[in-house]
Amino acid sequence: MIYREAGQFKTTYKSDQAILPIFQDRIAMVLMLLFAFIIIPIFANDYWLGSILIPFLALSLAALGLNVLTGYAGQISLGSAAFMAVGAFAAFNLQVRVPEVPFLIAFLWGGSCSAAVGIIFGLPSLRIKGFYLAVATLAAQFFIEWLFTHFDWFTNYSTSGVITAPPMQLFGFAIDNPLNKYFLVLSIVALCAFGVRNLARSEIGRAFMAVRDMDIAAEAIGINLMKTKLLAFGISSFLCGLAGALWAYVVLGTVEPQAFDIARSFEILFMIVIGGLGSVSGAFLGAGFMILLPILLNNIGSVITGAAISTETIAHIEYMVFGAFIIFFLIVEPNGLARLWQLGKEKLRLWPFPY
Amino acid sequence: MDFWFFIEVFVGGLLSGVMYSLVALGFVLIFKASGIFNFAQGAMVLFAALTFVRLLEMGLPVLLVLAITMGVMVLLAIAIEKVVLRPLVNQDLIILFMATIGLNYFIEGMAQLVWDSNVHVLDLGIDEYVAFEIGDAFINKFDVWAALIAGGLVLILSLFFRYTVIGRALRAVADDHQAALSVGIPLRTIWIYVWTTAGLVALVAGIVWGSKLGVQFAISAVALKAIPVLIIGGFTSVPGAIIGGLIVGCGEKLAEVYLGGFVGGAIENWFPYMLALIVLMIRPEGLFGEKIIERV
Amino acid sequence: MKKQNEKNKYSQLMDIKNVNLSFGGLKALIDVDLQINTGEILAIIGPNGAGKSSMLNVISGIYIPQKGIVKWKGQIRKKIAPHNIARMGIARTFQNIALFRGMSALDNILTGRNILMKRNMFLEMLYLGPSKNQEIEHRKKVEEIIDFLEIQSIRKTPVSRLPYGLQKRVELGRALALEPELLLLDEPMAGMNVEEKEDMCRFVLDVNEQFGTTIVLIEHDMGVVMDISDRVAVLDYGIKIADGTPDEVRSEQKVIDAYLGAG
Repeated sequence: MIYREAGQFKTTYKSDQAILPIFQDRIAMVLMLLFAFIIIPIFANDYWLGSILIPFLALSLAALGLNVLTGYAGQISLGSAAFMAVGAFAAFNLQVRVPEVPFLIAFLWGGSCSAAVGIIFGLPSLRIKGFYLAVATLAAQFFIEWLFTHFDWFTNYSTSGVITAPPMQLFGFAIDNPLNKYFLVLSIVALCAFGVRNLARSEIGRAFMAVRDMDIAAEAIGINLMKTKLLAFGISSFLCGLAGALWAYVVLGTVEPQAFDIARSFEILFMIVIGGLGSVSGAFLGAGFMILLPILLNNIGSVITGAAISTETIAHIEYMVFGAFIIFFLIVEPNGLARLWQLGKEKLRLWPFPY
Repeated sequence: MDFWFFIEVFVGGLLSGVMYSLVALGFVLIFKASGIFNFAQGAMVLFAALTFVRLLEMGLPVLLVLAITMGVMVLLAIAIEKVVLRPLVNQDLIILFMATIGLNYFIEGMAQLVWDSNVHVLDLGIDEYVAFEIGDAFINKFDVWAALIAGGLVLILSLFFRYTVIGRALRAVADDHQAALSVGIPLRTIWIYVWTTAGLVALVAGIVWGSKLGVQFAISAVALKAIPVLIIGGFTSVPGAIIGGLIVGCGEKLAEVYLGGFVGGAIENWFPYMLALIVLMIRPEGLFGEKIIERV
Repeated sequence: MKKQNEKNKYSQLMDIKNVNLSFGGLKALIDVDLQINTGEILAIIGPNGAGKSSMLNVISGIYIPQKGIVKWKGQIRKKIAPHNIARMGIARTFQNIALFRGMSALDNILTGRNILMKRNMFLEMLYLGPSKNQEIEHRKKVEEIIDFLEIQSIRKTPVSRLPYGLQKRVELGRALALEPELLLLDEPMAGMNVEEKEDMCRFVLDVNEQFGTTIVLIEHDMGVVMDISDRVAVLDYGIKIADGTPDEVRSEQKVIDAYLGAG
């Protein structure tokens, strides 16, 4: 009975269209933000922050970006990692050539370059759809990967092959320990999630979903397919680019093309499929799943066999589990964990009554 | 530009292209019959090849190994139909496509879990390093054999689709599942046939590629090359898979040799995809594919 | 919501002359003349394959006839991009419902307001100021349509869960959201039972009376056609064989022959 929304009458359209119309949801969001911004920093240790939470947040951002393109706008992309790479390299190159630029500006620049590249590689979407479009994005993935590996200009002619990401400083305050990094990434990601959530409930979001659901009908009500699709590619790539910059600067500490290979693209796609296409929470749920599962498997494995299993075997089992979960979710709940969560909430509405 | 060198590269490209077609054929089969793009084809090639080579290593006679592996692929097909295809039968094709991506990962993991992830040498008895000499060009003997095998397979499959009852049924199913059901075509049986055939094609491809590269994980990546082949040739065309393969094989080798120098090499990774992209924009159904018409 | 249509500015909303439309060798429309008067309800009828849908598509501008002139408000209309048709003031519904299945009824209709909304990406991401007010303002308009179509109780339901008749109503609502001058209805009563048809007829008439919207509909149910149309045009094998009031058309021998297949 906790989750009853009876009695919550909306008297204005404004309150009905609020981002979290149900009162209990609002409480939950406040609690979650408190948890993220206050509880975790107090209690989490460096390992959790650096190896789990920060990568989780960065990948969530990439998943969020892909969800905008694939979940909301229905354009399949297998090249999200490439757009991440563009963001990382663009940010790096700007800072290396114009050292005075603060890193946040470099991040925005990285995102913008990525958006531009995304729009260019999104042009085929005007003529081809669905699976064929996925192939076009694969072309982007391979081409961009090759570009960054083969032209030394991008790595500033580094001889060692390992490019360290420039250090980050905010108003003279160095961001170099896990806690600071955590706050940085958390703030950026929370802001972006808020932005996407707002987009989804506004005119742009509806245009995206219309194009996704039935583009011919969307045209019939005046939606410009070209502008809408390219906008989706732009926003999505911006977010992926930003995520890429974060990944390079904060998670890895280096800027390398290998981190943004096709396996990464698939990883992000898996996240949104499992997490839930077309929802903000889906990006986070999916990313959480993909990050926590290997850890879980590792722990279960060593408990069952007593000894540590080889990393190779873990990797193979991971593959099998991911694959199986994708199929499972597509069969049972194509809208992923997010939908399951929603169904759970609906059950809560009635709890303790069965129906 | 040396003429004979050009011929060597060109013919070498053609032959490697035929090997791509071999993998592409598996895709065409399944797409033709069910409209599904089976992203897991590469994993199937890997699984078939691994099973084959490991059984051989255990000392079993070749024909027995062949029979067992074929049996395994049949079982795989049945399992896929039951676990993946049947539950998703009415879903959008894009969902099915994503399911095959999941399937790809699953089979890749399973293949290496069951067998292992080392490189295995597969010796078919064809000497890899002997070549024919035409003029001043060296044509690899192995490649020629592979081309003949692939060509033979394509011929058989083309005839099969054209002239047999099952072939027609497969085409009906590819067009419209519901309609095919309504005229009494046993959808599930057909799908098992198709996936089995694709599995067998995967086996042949796995054996051929395995002897060339050694049986290892990288083989499944060959499937990624098959995608441009299909786009260029057309998803629904068996001859298209051959022509597409030739174009990709040739194009990639020629581009690498003649253009690669200017831009730092390793163009082959993305060149076929760019070609495919161009074809997609000009003629989305590929050179030999069927036009896709959308109605409201 | 009363729409002040510029009723007397153009008494002929559209003037279609001598239109010939073929697909490859197939002639869909042959030398068809059609006038659409502002504020009327015009029904296009005819046996299957007569070219009715093609006619509708020529009217909306999706198909460009190989020969002939299409005039909108007195001006010859050249080729028009599909997404600009709505901006011209033409809305349509589809034979097989073309709703956005991932959205609720409310959102579907709200999406119809897109062309009347201003886009500002940054403000929308922050849901601030003009964007927010725009949402609320258009929500009000959409609620008027919802009230008009009596679908208040299902406004938040995902359209895929709605029964067929209600889906058609939502689709009508979405078309109305565009505030069109010309509304094209492609078999709006198809698949409906008697009650649903009566409701839909009532709505169509109300739209025409209250908002002054010109309506062209393709319909097979003769009862409906005779009841609500001001004028009826009859097509057969791509040729217009009759054009007049329902009573005039009903008794024309050519029309009777076409439907009964005589000759």
